[in-house]
Amino acid sequence: MITHFFENFLRALGRPLVKFLSSLGDFTIFVTKALYNCFVPPFYFKLFFKQVLDIGFYSLPVVGLTSLFAGMVIALQTYSGFTGFKAEGVIASVVLISVTRELAPVLSGLMVAGRIGAAMAAEIGTMRVTEQIDALVTLSTNPFKYLVAPRLWAGVIVLPILVFIGDIIGIFGGYVVGVHKLGFNAANYITATFQDLQLIGIISGLVKAGVFGFIISMMGCYNGYKSKGGAQGVGTATTNAVVSSSILILIFNYLITEMFFSR
Amino acid sequence: MSKDIKIKIRNLHKAFGKKQVLNGVDLDLYKGESLVVIGGSGTGKSVLIKCIQGLLTPDAGSIEIDGVEIINEDTDLIESMHSKMGMLFQGGALFDSLKVWENVAFDLIQNRGMRRKEAKIVAIKVLRQVGLGSDIADLYPSELSGGMQKRVGLARAVITKPEIIFFDEPTTGLDPIMADVINDLIIESAKDLGATTLTITHDMASARKIADKIAMLYKGKIIWYGTVKELDKTDNPYVKQFIRGSSKGPIAVEK
Repeated sequence: MITHFFENFLRALGRPLVKFLSSLGDFTIFVTKALYNCFVPPFYFKLFFKQVLDIGFYSLPVVGLTSLFAGMVIALQTYSGFTGFKAEGVIASVVLISVTRELAPVLSGLMVAGRIGAAMAAEIGTMRVTEQIDALVTLSTNPFKYLVAPRLWAGVIVLPILVFIGDIIGIFGGYVVGVHKLGFNAANYITATFQDLQLIGIISGLVKAGVFGFIISMMGCYNGYKSKGGAQGVGTATTNAVVSSSILILIFNYLITEMFFSR
Repeated sequence: MSKDIKIKIRNLHKAFGKKQVLNGVDLDLYKGESLVVIGGSGTGKSVLIKCIQGLLTPDAGSIEIDGVEIINEDTDLIESMHSKMGMLFQGGALFDSLKVWENVAFDLIQNRGMRRKEAKIVAIKVLRQVGLGSDIADLYPSELSGGMQKRVGLARAVITKPEIIFFDEPTTGLDPIMADVINDLIIESAKDLGATTLTITHDMASARKIADKIAMLYKGKIIWYGTVKELDKTDNPYVKQFIRGSSKGPIAVEK
């Protein structure tokens, strides 16, 4: 009786563990293959530029708006929260640090994950369930080189550029609120911003952006590539791509911050 | 007809989890021959064709193409094998982000280094061979009917003049007249190219029309093999039930 109970208990414990390990192995193989094919020709430059346009250019409005309002709200909150400490002078510095180090990369990463990660998973997932990926293989074309590599390169290269633009717009948002709403002197605000400008803050934000770009493209491609079971499978793949990349972005955001700023 | 074996399959096994789909398939496909594999839904016909193409890795057994073993071989060898194969997919599997002519000329542009302008001319010529006008070349696949998509798929499969062509349920989802048009196009294309063809279908009218040989797959094994004439004379109860299309007989209908 007890043996039977333990057997069932271990079985219940083992089944999800085996499933988890198998998924982990599957993912590791996928990532290895994807990375290898990023560096081995043929390279599909036209597809890469198309992805650059999709991920970069068409994401500009959403990243710009997000960064603008993030910069504005930080200026407002800092003013409202720090008035008691007579520290209004630090507003420019707080906006600069929070936008370049955290807000622009993380918010842009999350927005692009929702916009691009979902689109990648849906497109590749549909190609999988309609046998278009099989068709690629039968046409002597490696799907990792044709579908995955251009998206990964575009993600890693374009997201830092997007975030850099987001940095500028976010700081501008803080300036607009600081000068036009809170009545600071424009020249003083700009001087304060440049005085506190630290290369490490900008670089850490851009490194984060590169990693987030990699995560978004990888999770989009992986979930799409492995999707099965028709429309429902593609839907699940899309959701998984967005959720997993969002969580990974937040985890890696902490790890990279720790790497750069922990003493 | 030459008796050289083009594709030789021995003791092929493939399971998905606990479900054994292929359970020891032995099959020979001779050069220039049209072999049709018939069988009900879920009997492993598509899995068989995907194993031959290297899209799925079998659990055990052997597949030789032109005397070269392809199972567990490196990707370069598989890719070189693909260059002599063409495939018409059941749903067409056309790339919906590309125009019709770009679909047809895909292999020419991506792998054979042909210039786009030149490739478009070749693609339009092949589209004409399958009865489609040049006016559809610049449309996207979603703008075509099912029958037209099949023809574009056929054009894509034959454009590189492959030695082996696979047809996966070529007439499924088409009206009887369009199905017959596709059958004729398959016969013509194969005859023009002198290609070896492997078709999987459960459409008996199509099988009778395009087959030199027919094999029946049931429960993961080839249970019958012969010519179309032999098909009508066979005493095999499974084959008889299948070609009669009857629910009564040894083939149990899965519920």
